[in-house]
Amino acid sequence: MIAPGLIVDYASVFALLALGLAFLLTVYRAVVGPTLPDRIIALDMLVGIVIGFIAVIALRSGYTLYIDIAISLGLVGFLATVAFARFILARGAVGEGEAHDFRGIRAEPVTQPGLENPPRAIKASKPAKPRASRRKEAK
Amino acid sequence: MIDYLAAILIAAIIIVGALFSLVAAIGLNRLPDLYTRMHAASKAGTVGSGLLLLAVGLHSGEFAIFIRALAGFVFFILTAPVSAHLLARAAHKVGYKLSPVSLQDDMNKK
Repeated sequence: MIAPGLIVDYASVFALLALGLAFLLTVYRAVVGPTLPDRIIALDMLVGIVIGFIAVIALRSGYTLYIDIAISLGLVGFLATVAFARFILARGAVGEGEAHDFRGIRAEPVTQPGLENPPRAIKASKPAKPRASRRKEAK
Repeated sequence: MIDYLAAILIAAIIIVGALFSLVAAIGLNRLPDLYTRMHAASKAGTVGSGLLLLAVGLHSGEFAIFIRALAGFVFFILTAPVSAHLLARAAHKVGYKLSPVSLQDDMNKK
């Protein structure tokens, strides 16, 4: 029969493999994620997976001091997520097509007319006349 | 015999925790929306890392280390919903839309 230490050893190797796969999947979401909150959620998830990694390494190596490191890493991850949430709140809306907002300002006029046309058409019917008169006065 | 039982229990906890983390990562990639991805990340991810911490505490066999691991688990369980709720609230307030698959948005009544 297998020694009891070996069972835990095999399980921890399996856990390392599964956590590595999970880590890669989460990194993919953080890179691809269409909007900023998606990336922040992926970052939060990355901290969780790294805590799992640290726990497995602590179990394999026997240094249980790693648990304290995991707790402090969780504290840092929590604070980072809270700060990012405040940042989203302070930054305000950037636009629906955030996938290409880092390429320049040109993304804004392309995405906005499709979204805001119906409300603008109702509101713009009344102030359209004064604008025309202003133009005539200017001419 | 007790040795084998403890080893099998710890191995089971490790495997279940790693699988929870993997399921959370798969859900993060498969779900359509920020607000649904948050479920995968904050529930399954927290349980995954928490179970791994618990396994370390059980494996060490010392009471002080087990209590420390348990304190870490409780800390993660307390903070994960807070951060996820804060992020979802900020995103919804700023105006990130739900995916077209979702049926209704109860926070949208103004």
